[in-house]
Amino acid sequence: MNKQIMKIWIDNQPVESAAGMTILEAAQQLGKDIPTLCYLEDKNLVGACRVCLVEIENSGKLAAACNTPVADGMKINTNSERVRKTRKLNLELLLSNHEIDCPTCLKNGNCELRQLAEKMGIRENRFAGKKSKFSRDESTPSLFRNPEKCILCRRCVSVCSDIQSVKAVVPEGRGFDTVVNASYYGNLADSPCVLCGQCAAVCPTGAITEKEYIEDVWQALADPQKHVVVQTAPAVRVAISELFGASSGTIATGQLVAALRRLGFNKVFDTNFTADLTIMEEGTELIGRIKEGGTLPLFTSCSPGWINFIEEYYPEFLENVSSCKSPQQMFGAVAKSYYAEQNDLEKEEIVVVSVMPCTAKKYEAQREEMAGDVDYVLTTRELGRMIKEAGLEIMDLSEEEYDNLLGVSSGAADIFASTGGVMEAALRTAYELITGEELPDLDLTAVRNSTGIKNAEVSVGDLDLKVAVVNGLGNARQLLEEIKNGAEYHFIEFMACPGGCLGGGGQPIPTNKEVLKQRREAIYKIDQGKKLRKSHENPMIKKIYADYLTEPGSHLSHELLHTTYKERKI
Amino acid sequence: MAIVKEKVQQETIEQIEKVLTKHKGDSEALIEVLHQIQQLVGYLPHDLQKKIADQLEVAPGEVASVISFYAHFSDQPRGKFQVALCKGTACYVKGSVDIINKIEQKYDIKAGETTEDGLLSLDVVRCLGACGLSPVMTVNGKAHGMINPEKAINIIEKYLRNEM
Repeated sequence: MNKQIMKIWIDNQPVESAAGMTILEAAQQLGKDIPTLCYLEDKNLVGACRVCLVEIENSGKLAAACNTPVADGMKINTNSERVRKTRKLNLELLLSNHEIDCPTCLKNGNCELRQLAEKMGIRENRFAGKKSKFSRDESTPSLFRNPEKCILCRRCVSVCSDIQSVKAVVPEGRGFDTVVNASYYGNLADSPCVLCGQCAAVCPTGAITEKEYIEDVWQALADPQKHVVVQTAPAVRVAISELFGASSGTIATGQLVAALRRLGFNKVFDTNFTADLTIMEEGTELIGRIKEGGTLPLFTSCSPGWINFIEEYYPEFLENVSSCKSPQQMFGAVAKSYYAEQNDLEKEEIVVVSVMPCTAKKYEAQREEMAGDVDYVLTTRELGRMIKEAGLEIMDLSEEEYDNLLGVSSGAADIFASTGGVMEAALRTAYELITGEELPDLDLTAVRNSTGIKNAEVSVGDLDLKVAVVNGLGNARQLLEEIKNGAEYHFIEFMACPGGCLGGGGQPIPTNKEVLKQRREAIYKIDQGKKLRKSHENPMIKKIYADYLTEPGSHLSHELLHTTYKERKI
Repeated sequence: MAIVKEKVQQETIEQIEKVLTKHKGDSEALIEVLHQIQQLVGYLPHDLQKKIADQLEVAPGEVASVISFYAHFSDQPRGKFQVALCKGTACYVKGSVDIINKIEQKYDIKAGETTEDGLLSLDVVRCLGACGLSPVMTVNGKAHGMINPEKAINIIEKYLRNEM
């Protein structure tokens, strides 16, 4: 049945489409652009906004193109007078209950509602009237919610419940009183929200956004008493160019460094350096646990959304989580100890700013276990705004190099950005440390992941390592349940966001399948182009151990680079 | 008179447990369970919502979401006398809004609220299916038809004096 070909007509053009395809998909085949708003490929097909209506001839009906399947012989009109008028009316009604403060809205630049109003030629607010009143939610360090800008499209509800299995935001009430809220809990901080920011990444308006720290960073940069250093996460370099109109997957590492120097940072460093350091510490931890019969499987700890998730939902597994701080936090700790000492700086003078693809990192930086390591966290999007504010076109800048020491990294660190990357980086090092032999092929494609969960068995000397790579918290939940039911592994990489950090909640909007693929290809391309591709061969990593930390897992390492977790009650 | 149904009695607790045990892990049974528990307790208090969520293995947010959607469910204690005014088309045309306003004014409550003494709660509902009797008011499920603001107050007063 599913393979049946259906003949349909769209605007009098015949087209053959497979049964089960929606009208929207069939129209896209013809290159027709039906406007959509609530629709999110594979994720939100509820047909809530009624902006994609099309007319089905002889049925008398208008149907939502995004979730109406084609039927044989269907004659569809996507641009009749009735269709245009009704779509417009529906959009006007959505606008009538939307807080319209476009010039000062954070989403001013890429608001889908605004773009659609332009596209449909809406020139007046015909239905100005009573608007719903709801309070704002500023309860977390990561996200900001303003339900008065919400158009009830349900995208955030779908990603939070179906993709992430967290269900922190749900619709509450009915009719005019409906609001998408952290229902039952009152606000996000008290809810099971893990702050992954996937909701902000899909919100078509400014109803859910990252909490901005741009002003704080400008102020630190303007303060002559402060020595401001910045670190950039691996996922930022293959995404920030999108904010400046480049096609997705355009690599802008050198331009990013140049832009940060122009903004006035005293040193431009790389989270990649501490990604390499993470591999040394985490790899040592893994080998230790295997040799000494410690708790297995070992879970990675780089993704703060994932950490929030396991602390809330699976505290019984906290022993399995690597005690390594995330690369962001390791960087802060190293900058304010080793780097400070090397450069005769007082810890208090140093301000550490991170640029992350992530909203949960804002929360992580404020966790009491490691508060003070990192001062401000900007998302990729926020840094884009700062660069624009400074009047810079990132792609016009000449490439520059990261500053020495904390800016030197291997290709293994770059791929931390992608699901499967931390695993691959760890295996490259673990293999050589355990066997003492050189890894024959550095491209460990067995752990490269373009789905939700990937299992692999990797031979490391006499040891057959059973590993898994997971992205998206719904998938994480599934794998944890499998482990509860007896599935056995040695080492598992978890990342909260679909696709890993490349698809993080702080990345340029939109992140869809195609964009994600381009960013992933770019990050593996960077790795392949590097001479240095193994963390343990990074000369600066060798130097920091020789100068300062002595060896992975040392007392000082533990003090600076490791942390603890605790159950979070919900 | 003491505030009604504030304390959940031991017997009720046992009955709640029975309902929850019967539907353990059955997220599909949410609405049915909410009905039964509201019947037992009179409303669906916050801590009980969490218990329902845990037992049925749904998120507490979803439980709150469903309760907030259906006018029938309440997360606030309800009055001893539950007054419902119909605002369906027929009752609306026949002046039910005036009656609602009068009751709200007289007892100093809004639709959806309960008086401080716990005696009276007011709800506005859509079509009770008795349009021939419009405007219609029900008190604890008993229908009173063809009323006006004065008649409505008289009826409520009789309930409050326990004459009905």
